[in-house]
Amino acid sequence: MTAPSPLWSTLTQPLIRQNPVTLQILGICSALAVTTQLPTALTMAGSLTIVLALSAGIISLIRRHIPDAIRLIVQIVIVASLVIVIDQLLQAYLFEISQSLSVFVSLITTNCLVLGRTESFARHNPPLPSMIDALGNGLGYSLVLIAIGAVRELFGAGTLLGYQVLPLAEQGGWFTPLALMMLAPSAFFLLGGLVWAIRTVRPEQAEPPEFAAPQIPEGME
Amino acid sequence: MSLWDLFLSAAFVENLPLTLFLGLCTFLALSKRPETAVGLGIAMIAVMGVTVPLNQLVYSALLAPGALAWAGYPEIDLSYLALLAFIGVIAAVVQLLEMLLDRFLPGVHAAFGVFLPLLTVQCAILAGSLFMVERSYTLTEGLVFGLGGGTGFALAVTMLSAIRARLAYADLPAGLRGLGITFILAGLMSLGFSSFAQMAAQ
Repeated sequence: MTAPSPLWSTLTQPLIRQNPVTLQILGICSALAVTTQLPTALTMAGSLTIVLALSAGIISLIRRHIPDAIRLIVQIVIVASLVIVIDQLLQAYLFEISQSLSVFVSLITTNCLVLGRTESFARHNPPLPSMIDALGNGLGYSLVLIAIGAVRELFGAGTLLGYQVLPLAEQGGWFTPLALMMLAPSAFFLLGGLVWAIRTVRPEQAEPPEFAAPQIPEGME
Repeated sequence: MSLWDLFLSAAFVENLPLTLFLGLCTFLALSKRPETAVGLGIAMIAVMGVTVPLNQLVYSALLAPGALAWAGYPEIDLSYLALLAFIGVIAAVVQLLEMLLDRFLPGVHAAFGVFLPLLTVQCAILAGSLFMVERSYTLTEGLVFGLGGGTGFALAVTMLSAIRARLAYADLPAGLRGLGITFILAGLMSLGFSSFAQMAAQ
């Protein structure tokens, strides 16, 4: 057995162990708003992964030519241009989904995940590792988005990708949709539960307590 | 819809972090202590109150379909450039605000601390301008919407930080500590705020 190559671990690290959403608190803004249904979640995940990989590649290519003082502006302009292209493509080919995503595609521009990865990785690394790192982070983000989107659509409407999976009570089946799943709070609860689950399986991710109880020496009550 | 209704709906019914999930990164990261949360909230109100009306002017004078009619180009539609223009305006306003405050009100500048530059890449602020275009607000409506959205964010982040400050002494399961419990708290607050939507519907 050979040791996994560094590129492979760059790709797989962010999937669960270093997941951008549940561990690094990056890119949550859009992660929750678009997850009421699986199709919107999938579109969003795809768009973000593409923007992330391309912007990391471009910024990494010109990393030696960007003056430090204006690097944020340069990065934002590159990301914004890519987002405009994606937005126009979605409006042209997936009009209905792009209507229900509303402003959230444009908001990829300010997604902390994109700037976070370009700032911390693409600025110091050659294009290939940067794009792979971006791809891994995009996939980690997509994983969370798809998981939450699937749960919310399944229990909120009894469907997956628009197909009826659980027979609804009003159509003679047994399943009564949970209206809460369609509302904002459920996304918070689900993500909170997901974070809890991941950190229970991987205790090394848990945050240290802010305050420790004072130690009472032996023999003193 | 009267302006007061617009303000209330921007602040409560469409609360930026709790109902629309916007600006969550700063909402979660900077709500550990009430002092920082209040500073962030005030900075949000100031920046949103300035950028939304300013972007409304930029959009209606330069970018909207047919807006360049005054320059003799009535058929040009630059609305796809809105995103770039808005980001530029927001970055410039934040920078300008920081320089002005540093020069004339150093006390306030110290209170804002590091939050002002962060706000350039805050999704809630950009979203304010994008919603303004989507719903075609006028200049006054934009101003009220910006102030209302900022106020709603400030309220929510202050409340969350107060709850988190009390929970610092609680004995939570290890996996729930920090981020996990914050999501649950935000969910409960969001449940409370969703009742405002019921009130607005009546």
